[in-house]
Amino acid sequence: MLMRRVDLGLDNDSCTCFDGALGNLSWDSPNDAGEVLMNTNNIFQIVLFLGVLLVFVKPLGAYMARVYSGSAFFANRFLGPIERLVYRISGIDSQAEMTWKLYSMAVLCLSLVSFLAVYLIQQFQGFLPLNPDGFSAVPHDLAINTAISFMTNTNWQGYGGESTMSYLTQMLALTVQNFVSAAVGMAVLISLVRGFTRRTANTIGNFWVDFTRGTIYILLPLSSVLALALASQGVVQTFSPPQIVPLLEPLVDADGKPVTTQAISVGPAASQIAIKQLGTNGGGFFNANSAHPLENPTPLSNFLQLLAIVLIPAALCYTFGDMIGDRRQGWALLAAMGVIFVPLLVCVTMAEQQGNPSFGEMEIDQTASAIQSGGNMEGKETRFGIVNSAMWAVTTTAASNGSVNSMHDSYTPLGGLIPIWLMQLGEVIFGGVGSGLYGMVIFALIAVFIAGLMVGRTPEYLGKKIGAFEVKMAALAILLPCATVLVGTAFGVVTDAGKETIFNPGPHGFSEVLYAFSSAANNNGSAFAGLGANTLFYNGMLGLAMLIGRFGVLIPVLAIAGSLAAKKTVPVGPGTLPTHTPLFIVMLVAVVLVVGALSFFPALALGPIVEQLHQAKQGSGS
Amino acid sequence: MFAQLRTATLLLLAITVLTGVIYPLVVTGVAQLLFPKQSNGSLFRENDQVLGSELIGQAFASPRYFWSRLSATSPVPYNGNSSGGSNFGPLNPELKKSVDARIKELSGTEPLNKPVPVDLVTASGSGLDPHISPAAAEFQVSRIAKARNLSEEVVRELVVQHTEGRQFGVLGEPRVRVLRLNLALDQVPQKK
Repeated sequence: MLMRRVDLGLDNDSCTCFDGALGNLSWDSPNDAGEVLMNTNNIFQIVLFLGVLLVFVKPLGAYMARVYSGSAFFANRFLGPIERLVYRISGIDSQAEMTWKLYSMAVLCLSLVSFLAVYLIQQFQGFLPLNPDGFSAVPHDLAINTAISFMTNTNWQGYGGESTMSYLTQMLALTVQNFVSAAVGMAVLISLVRGFTRRTANTIGNFWVDFTRGTIYILLPLSSVLALALASQGVVQTFSPPQIVPLLEPLVDADGKPVTTQAISVGPAASQIAIKQLGTNGGGFFNANSAHPLENPTPLSNFLQLLAIVLIPAALCYTFGDMIGDRRQGWALLAAMGVIFVPLLVCVTMAEQQGNPSFGEMEIDQTASAIQSGGNMEGKETRFGIVNSAMWAVTTTAASNGSVNSMHDSYTPLGGLIPIWLMQLGEVIFGGVGSGLYGMVIFALIAVFIAGLMVGRTPEYLGKKIGAFEVKMAALAILLPCATVLVGTAFGVVTDAGKETIFNPGPHGFSEVLYAFSSAANNNGSAFAGLGANTLFYNGMLGLAMLIGRFGVLIPVLAIAGSLAAKKTVPVGPGTLPTHTPLFIVMLVAVVLVVGALSFFPALALGPIVEQLHQAKQGSGS
Repeated sequence: MFAQLRTATLLLLAITVLTGVIYPLVVTGVAQLLFPKQSNGSLFRENDQVLGSELIGQAFASPRYFWSRLSATSPVPYNGNSSGGSNFGPLNPELKKSVDARIKELSGTEPLNKPVPVDLVTASGSGLDPHISPAAAEFQVSRIAKARNLSEEVVRELVVQHTEGRQFGVLGEPRVRVLRLNLALDQVPQKK
């Protein structure tokens, strides 16, 4: 009420018009402001985001289906020559077909070469051009960790971008892997689609072709558009060295020396940020990732990046339905994702809007009003406030993106629990490009298997009988990352090497380690960044976790694709469980949640849940 | 196996040229052409003199200036070469300590008679946040008016001029650009 005398012309007027659109949300009235955890603007920004996302699902999904089906389409005319040139340079026969084993070998070969390339560029960056800050070679363990991280689409960062990597490394090693690892994920998904559509076939497509087409026709055009849109908002894109600006009020550093200027790191960021979001990579150009004002300068850049994170994973659901010839199946998978996503998004927003109860006794105003977002603002940016930070935290961990626009380590216990859990669900709620949907299909196989057990019939999915081999592979793909998270965390909290670099005291410190392994083993890449992860222990352990999380899922998926492709299609009969109905969606959601809850509840109880209880005690005690 | 490794190497090379060289160079060229200011860090100038970046905040400690949010960067706050947040967990005693210290600084010698807006006592995620909330600006108006011997109306008017609403009326949060506001403060002639 302090601002009554001044008309800021800001919020009250513009907000009332949305009241009508969203029904009568009388709980936004300023009288009970202390209790408002979801105000009108919060709701409107969430609805807008989901609405715009849905608009893009069909056109982009249909386009991607054309790209991968190999038929001609308009982009062929401009980009076809580039595609054919790439095949000629690499000696690829675009007509050749691969068995699932050959396809897996191709994936592994490309990943191996990628790993070596990223590692070597980091080692030699000191001798290479485009290094205005004069960075020397990245230490071995960190370089290996980073190479694995970018090759597996995790983009976990044990380093600070602006203080470690030269512009050349950012471009040639990291930007390239943002494309490569994303295109690999999509290719594997498409081969799984072929497993369903092909009958008694022993091949599942050509990896080189799927990979190249995904890069050239999907990732590259979308990234180019997004990069320019971001640059218009103020994301830097330059090769000049850090900019030096004067300080209006000079500072004194720790040694008592005056500091009169500020060096501002810049670089070719926009081109990397665009693919970092579109490819669900998440590795930032700067240390603060998308919280950095030069990586995410405005609410519009934030909206576009947020959209880019889930754009391809959501649209691939449509592609999936389109390619298997029954679009309802794709919508059903997307609906299952949405059913889990939206309530969790609301939870995090409310948890963060509530603010930090341990500030209770202090004279601090955490209430949302027309002139401040209020809430738990530690680690959050003013321009994003609560709702855009919470939306990002949920979206980046639902999709296996891992970029952050606020520091998750400073979230409330409940606000931090949900991102951890979303990663632990196996990154199937949107998930990574390609990898999220193939993960969800794996859960669908488990769901039909359980349904089959209930009624005593052989399970089928999309016209294929699901046998023992498929179920075993599916179980493997689900259990390997789970086990890696739990075993890794256990090592982290019982060894001195693991405990040494925990930053926050108490249960929150446990959460930091749990977060790190959940993130690595599910190829997310975000962090409770207080944990000092650039140590031999964490570089090694998390590197291993990322490898298991990537290939421990990807190879079983390809095996399933190969096995399904070899089967006959069974016609739909009266006993077939329809997999596009609300009943099946509920079944699928239940399987995902039950597996996630049963595997991780004990671990979560030791971290965020204990912390929440502590906090509740503090809150009521004061 | 060997043939596949060879294909993989050549393919990675081709894709590297495409996505690691051509793509960033083309984006740089077009961005520099269309958005020269934005793509170089959004620096603003007066009489050819660079005054700062629209997007990167600075630290202020004098009572004569609006203060920015806390910054956890090291070795100095608002270090544009090393972004990052405090990473304090919500129950970390260190967080409470830093908030307490900030409240003490803000209150100076006289006791506070109003609660402090939360963004003024917490560190931003990047440590470079150029903004504070309009509430945080309003909180500081009386202090600055007193320190500069100006009327509160004059200072408040400047705050309003430097306040941005939500983008398109919808996105993000309302905010005040601290550096620009402080530069504008220095332009106001003091009344005698």
